[in-house]
Amino acid sequence: MTMDQSLGILFQLYQSLLVVLLAPLLTGWVNQCRAWLQNRSGPGLLQPFRTLRKLFHKDAVIAHNASPLFRITPYILFGCMWLAAAIIPIVAVDLPFSPAADVIALVGVFALARVFIALAAMDIGTAFGTLGARREMLVSFLAEPALLMVLFTASLISQSTQLPRIVEALAHHQFVLYPSLAFAGLAFVIVLLAENARIPVDNPGTHLELTMIHEAMILEYSARHLALVEWASSLKLLAYISLGIALFFPHGIAEVGNWRALPLAIAVLLVKLTLAGAGLALLETLLAKMRIFRAPEFLGTAFLLAVLGLLIHFLLGA
Amino acid sequence: MTYTIQFINLLAAILLLIVFAMLSQRRILSLINLFAWQGLVLSVSTFVVAYSTAQSHLYYSAALTLLLKVLVLPWLLHRLIRKLNVRWDVETLINIPTTMLVGIALVIFAFNLAAPISQLSEGITRGLIGIALASVLLSLLMMLTRRKAISQVVGFLAMENGLFFAATSATHGMPLVVELGIALDVLVATFIFGIFFFQIRETFDSLDITHMEKLKDD
Repeated sequence: MTMDQSLGILFQLYQSLLVVLLAPLLTGWVNQCRAWLQNRSGPGLLQPFRTLRKLFHKDAVIAHNASPLFRITPYILFGCMWLAAAIIPIVAVDLPFSPAADVIALVGVFALARVFIALAAMDIGTAFGTLGARREMLVSFLAEPALLMVLFTASLISQSTQLPRIVEALAHHQFVLYPSLAFAGLAFVIVLLAENARIPVDNPGTHLELTMIHEAMILEYSARHLALVEWASSLKLLAYISLGIALFFPHGIAEVGNWRALPLAIAVLLVKLTLAGAGLALLETLLAKMRIFRAPEFLGTAFLLAVLGLLIHFLLGA
Repeated sequence: MTYTIQFINLLAAILLLIVFAMLSQRRILSLINLFAWQGLVLSVSTFVVAYSTAQSHLYYSAALTLLLKVLVLPWLLHRLIRKLNVRWDVETLINIPTTMLVGIALVIFAFNLAAPISQLSEGITRGLIGIALASVLLSLLMMLTRRKAISQVVGFLAMENGLFFAATSATHGMPLVVELGIALDVLVATFIFGIFFFQIRETFDSLDITHMEKLKDD
């Protein structure tokens, strides 16, 4: 094993650890920003960690009629999201796992997690779980094609569906304005809001039965299961934001074989995540929660924007 | 030079986006604001084309666009809806997602239609004819799907914007005399439409043009 390979594996492990610790921090930062924007003092950046610690120390309560599926779903969910967040190239493009970061496979990983959480929500048989699962499916079956279109636009520009190749093509060429990517970026923001249960599609801070989607699905979980589900949600948010950074603002990422650029790349990544989190909080504060039946229209707009981006790429070649 | 082309392409894409936003906009007030934004994008793109091709008469047309389509026409329309008291009116639109899908189909149609024309055109902005044609067709679609007289007029004005964009991008603009003539036409048309609005409302107590179907005798 050469020096480069072992360094690569080391950094892959480092990125995996980094994302799993960074994810609750990012959630905490978004919540803190929202609190500031709403003139509250906020719980602090470390609040998600405290919640996780509290949940891990509690005893799990599971319904009598729960099947094994209900028990293993939190682990599958956490595994999927950790994998997704760990393989998206955010600090370097040639880590050992990066050939696995194919955009279509990534969408598949998200879909796998979604299927399991929806099945687990219906497993207990409560009305809320079923309601949440159905709403989640309504939102995500509209969001997924839009996400695929966004990814196809980026793939067409860089001639590859492999995320590291896309990032390489976009980050290391001279600066080019891509109108098609601007459209794709707008569509991606809408998909990000919908898929991560943020306002205006869902409100992560509410347990009101008329509005909740994600919270309704995980209502039956407690203790360590709930902790894993919450952690997976944080990881999903981080994965989506990393994907956005990789597709639209990849500048500053470490080049192939240039390990010395890594500390700078990590610093740039942290700055980008901070800005993205603040932007997300601002967006959530400015928007109002929309009725669930308006969500198809909202996500239809995302699909429209992504398709327009694709068409404009064909017409203008940019 | 390449940056100018990229910038014009970006502006063209924004133009298309604004037309789609107009197509799905329910509020009349926001519709007029979107129309003003469209005028601004048009003006900036004309200015950039003027700068990159060093054609001085395009500067005049950019200034004219700015004056007429960003300031005068929106101001006139704002005044109209204030006087007609329809400022906060919300229009019921039939099925926005379907309209959007029809819009996408129109865009594909327009792009295909414009492809052979673009081959003939020389110069920096040949790919833009498709976008201009698409925005003309989308504005037409907007006129077809709307029921309120004011939004139909905004659709008409947006269509004129699309034509103007086609003219600047394909042929580096028309002679100044023609442009002045068109600008005057649009201005006069808006005045006349304003008078029509009042007449329509006086006769039918509403600006909904479906009432006009009762005019036919049978």
